[in-house]
Amino acid sequence: MMLHNALDRYHDRPSSIHDLDPRVKVVVTLLGIFSVLLLPDGAWGAYFLVWCAVLAVALVARLGVGLVLRRSLVALPFALVAITLVFTLPGRTLFTLQLGAWEISASDAGLVRFSSVLVRSWLSVQMAILLVATTRIPDLLHALRHLHVPALLVTILAFMVRYLAVLLDEVTRLLRARQARSAASAQGKAGGSLLWRARVAGNMTGQLFLRSLERSDRIYNAMVARGFRGQYVTINPHRMRRRDWMALGLAFAALTMIQWLGRTLS
Amino acid sequence: MNIALLTRLWEEVVVPRMHIPDGFLSMPVALIFWVITVALLLLAIRKTQQQLGERQIPLMGVMAAFIFAAQMINFPIAGGTSGHLLGGVLAAVMLGPWAGMLVMACVIIVQGLLFQDGGLLVMGANIFNMGLVTAALGSLYHGLAARQSKGVRLVVAGVLAWLSVVAGALFTALQLGFSGTSPFAIVVPAMLGVHMLIGIGEGLITMAALAFVMQVRPDLVAAEAVRTGGGRGWVIVGLVIALFVAVLSPIASADPDGLERVAIDMGFEEVAMTPPYELFPDYVIPFLGETPLSTILAGVIGALVVALVAFAVGRLLRQRAAAA
Amino acid sequence: MPIVHEPVARCVDGWGRPAPDTLALEVEDLHFAYPDGHVALRGVSLQVHCGEKVALVGPNGAGKSTLLLHLNGLLNGGQGSVRVMGMPVTTPNLPFIRARVGLVFQNPDDQLFSPTVYEDVAFGPLHMGLPEEEVRRRVVQALTQVGMAHYADRLSYHLSMGEKKRVAIATVLSMHPDILVLDEPSAGLDPRARRGLINLLRTLPITMLASTHDMLMVRELFPRMVIMDEGRIVADGPTAELLEQTELLEAHGLERL
Ligand SMILES: Nc1ncnc2c1ncn2[C@@H]1O[C@H](COP(=O)(O)OP(=O)(O)OP(=O)(O)O)[C@@H](O)[C@H]1O
Ligand SMILES: [Mg+2]
Repeated sequence: MMLHNALDRYHDRPSSIHDLDPRVKVVVTLLGIFSVLLLPDGAWGAYFLVWCAVLAVALVARLGVGLVLRRSLVALPFALVAITLVFTLPGRTLFTLQLGAWEISASDAGLVRFSSVLVRSWLSVQMAILLVATTRIPDLLHALRHLHVPALLVTILAFMVRYLAVLLDEVTRLLRARQARSAASAQGKAGGSLLWRARVAGNMTGQLFLRSLERSDRIYNAMVARGFRGQYVTINPHRMRRRDWMALGLAFAALTMIQWLGRTLS
Repeated sequence: MNIALLTRLWEEVVVPRMHIPDGFLSMPVALIFWVITVALLLLAIRKTQQQLGERQIPLMGVMAAFIFAAQMINFPIAGGTSGHLLGGVLAAVMLGPWAGMLVMACVIIVQGLLFQDGGLLVMGANIFNMGLVTAALGSLYHGLAARQSKGVRLVVAGVLAWLSVVAGALFTALQLGFSGTSPFAIVVPAMLGVHMLIGIGEGLITMAALAFVMQVRPDLVAAEAVRTGGGRGWVIVGLVIALFVAVLSPIASADPDGLERVAIDMGFEEVAMTPPYELFPDYVIPFLGETPLSTILAGVIGALVVALVAFAVGRLLRQRAAAA
Repeated sequence: MPIVHEPVARCVDGWGRPAPDTLALEVEDLHFAYPDGHVALRGVSLQVHCGEKVALVGPNGAGKSTLLLHLNGLLNGGQGSVRVMGMPVTTPNLPFIRARVGLVFQNPDDQLFSPTVYEDVAFGPLHMGLPEEEVRRRVVQALTQVGMAHYADRLSYHLSMGEKKRVAIATVLSMHPDILVLDEPSAGLDPRARRGLINLLRTLPITMLASTHDMLMVRELFPRMVIMDEGRIVADGPTAELLEQTELLEAHGLERL
């Protein structure tokens, strides 16, 4: 089931990256994204170095370059928002397009800014992908807790992720049932009026809401039955080892160097 | 990448939503919204705990999963586009604004963290646009309509749901503009235009879902049942946001250069590293001259172009998926 | 086929003192109506001795689940009383009661709410306030008991239905309960998983009360059977005898095997 598989971003491989303390991975990822964002426009050399680092991590983690590249396309369509920069920033004109009454010209400055936004975003996405592909969700949540994200929020997130799988299955069943009963929509023509279709979708949503509400009641009962009295307790399974500290130091040094290069070279 | 998946991504992630990826907001903008969001989120955690007690954890967790799952429910509108739920107003109406905000924040955190749907550094902004704004507008339902007749309540909820999408889009556009990622003159009207259409789907589903619950479990949506109404503060914030959208949308569409100046005055342009934009040849329709009407029209045309491209790409992907 | 059981390991009263003759469960004239006014229990009285394995059968809506939820205080407020190991089920006693009565819900997805199997099995002991070492020991022990020791690090949502049921049982076994209360344990299992579950329940040395529609399992596993209908207990006796009374069974929507 596709929705279900979508939850499993984690790729189980025996690698030193997988083995790192999740806190280190979370912190390095955030630092990485932060530092990429701080790089100036058109720092191509620095961007390239970051990309090499990303690929190196992907290789060490035995994920394969393909996986990371393929997934990283997710955010690209948002580029539509920024493409206007090419035609609006002042600079040396590269080419001119005639669009009916408009004449729009692409500037070099605009192109640089646009490509920089795009590349920075693309690098950031790849880092985030590396994080979830090498860290199991429960470990990710533990890391958040250790990093002082409020415990209640982390616990709520844990419940959410746990029941996401269940509810996505439920939604898939609902959607399939609707599909089975609406023969017309198979040909691309949807049956019924717009309002009617919206009504059906709304009913499904309402039904899912009620089921979820009842489920949360049953879960609450199951928790109380096992002694829950408002304070959520967990075992703390992670300890920072020497190699975790080393990895953190290494990543920090690399990012600082790239930052310095990016600023001096451009 | 699998074409069917790409199609789905395109339809579900790109077209109807406004999850900003990392890299599209400048550092100051991203940080400002993180600060606002963190403060409110901490408050929301505390408030929902007071209101819900021990039930908070399972209820908020399952409801966040519900919103995430409900966003998958779509319905065909026309020409291959489909209506979707964002769910912020629905959550705020059903659970109250504090819980609604917390639930939406969880949805956005998980979408960003696990699915790379929306960035990490810009997550504060995303939570603000899709969680906080929607919750504030949703609280207007409790403040204004909770005691009215069923029909009035439904209409108010639908209008608020529509408005929440438009408001979220406006804030997204402003953040992008202040970040220097896209000129105000284009991003504001384009985002507003597209989301005024998308918001209709949101409004319709929200109304229908609420109607369903009113019919099946009237006890849940009775005025007294919503103990978690947020109080006057939220209603005021909701009114301010509604007013902000109502006033700023036309202004921003008519006088984007004004926003540009604000951005410059506030020092954002240094960070954006770009001098004042020289817009599309002044971004006007030639024969109308430089009037507000002209700019608005230009915005609408821009929105149409974006919608057309979205439509064409979606069409193309679907054909290839069908062929595969 | 004779029903063979492991001897019950522990029979202690609510305060931990050995008490072989204690009534594990003692329900007296219990009434209950749901908030919407629906009356689900109309005077239920039931006694279960230490070491007994009792099946609770009856048609849908008979009130079985409602009764089970009373046993560790999840529902209360009606007329009548419930005692567990001699201890009345009242608010101050709830923390003790909940450690004594292991309630396994019908849908394991509701019971397994933690990300990993390990955390789920640890939840009960942790919330009893046990030290971490003891918690870890109990988790391993409980998982071994249900034959799932190597599943500790698995994610709950990846498990099959049969595996989820087993882990759900482990989540309460780790609390070392005196009584295992199961709501429809064999529902939704395929024949092999069902067989595995029956074998597991057979080997657990613990007092057991299970609501079920699975009459084959009742015959195989539970020497005593209680029939409920419309919120009342309508028959209570040795399984072999009750299963012979065709009229009684048919009157309450059950089938003779
Ligand atoms: N939360 C609730 N609110 C109102 N009525 C309820 C609720 N839960 C159960 N009931 C009603 O109480 C009665 C007893 O329900 P119960 O779940 O105890 O039956 P059961 O014997 O377990 O049935 P089944 O075999 O279907 O599980 C039923 O008529 C049911 O409709
Ligand atoms: Mg039942």
